[in-house]
Amino acid sequence: MSTNYEERERPRSGGYDNEDDQDRRSMGGGGRGGGRRMHRRRVCRFCIDKTDLIDFKDVRLLQNYLPERGKILPRRISGNCATHQRMLAEAIKRARNIALLPYTTD
Amino acid sequence: MDNKRQYEVVFIVDPTVDDEVARLTDSFKQIVTDLGGVVTKAETMGKRQLAYEILHQKEGTFVLMEIEGSGREIAELERRMRVNDRVLRYLTVRVDEDRRRAEKLKDRRTRKAAKKTARTSAPARRGGAVEFAEPNGE
Repeated sequence: MSTNYEERERPRSGGYDNEDDQDRRSMGGGGRGGGRRMHRRRVCRFCIDKTDLIDFKDVRLLQNYLPERGKILPRRISGNCATHQRMLAEAIKRARNIALLPYTTD
Repeated sequence: MDNKRQYEVVFIVDPTVDDEVARLTDSFKQIVTDLGGVVTKAETMGKRQLAYEILHQKEGTFVLMEIEGSGREIAELERRMRVNDRVLRYLTVRVDEDRRRAEKLKDRRTRKAAKKTARTSAPARRGGAVEFAEPNGE
């Protein structure tokens, strides 16, 4: 799967550069050390913009959170807060239902 | 309970029958108003590429309606749309609750901001008062 997460805050697993390797080692490595993997500046775009509603008709916005494959971008990558991720996911699913966004792309 | 609910209805019309869109929208409006609902907005979002094929159609004309009512008209409207071959797909979303929630959040935010500015405008004085009060209490 080749999703272009690279432009986001965090690189994907397997794609660690040196800096990240160090981070990981200090955490105990192996991905076994509980939930948090490393500390990175994570910000919720919607919180910054003070968004209270995410409209399912706003395709432009939603598309930012839909990488190539058409899957919803996980929060661990986008850095969204739980509340906004939930709103976003809901909006994307609605948009999919009326064919504004794809369920899958291949 | 407030029985005025707000809905957003989006439906996709077969683009091969372009002249039908306005007529269809009008008839749907009629249905809603007949059942006591109010159509607050009805606009055509235009012809758009569908993200996936629906009934072998790759394009569709999107129409957005905003309806205020009890919910009965929505039931009837959906039934009509389901039966109608011209309507490729429809989606109804109840929006009043979310909107009210958004309003509330916004309210809270503005009030918080107001409080903050009020606090920062006179911080030195309050700090001084506390200092004086402390030895008295002990």
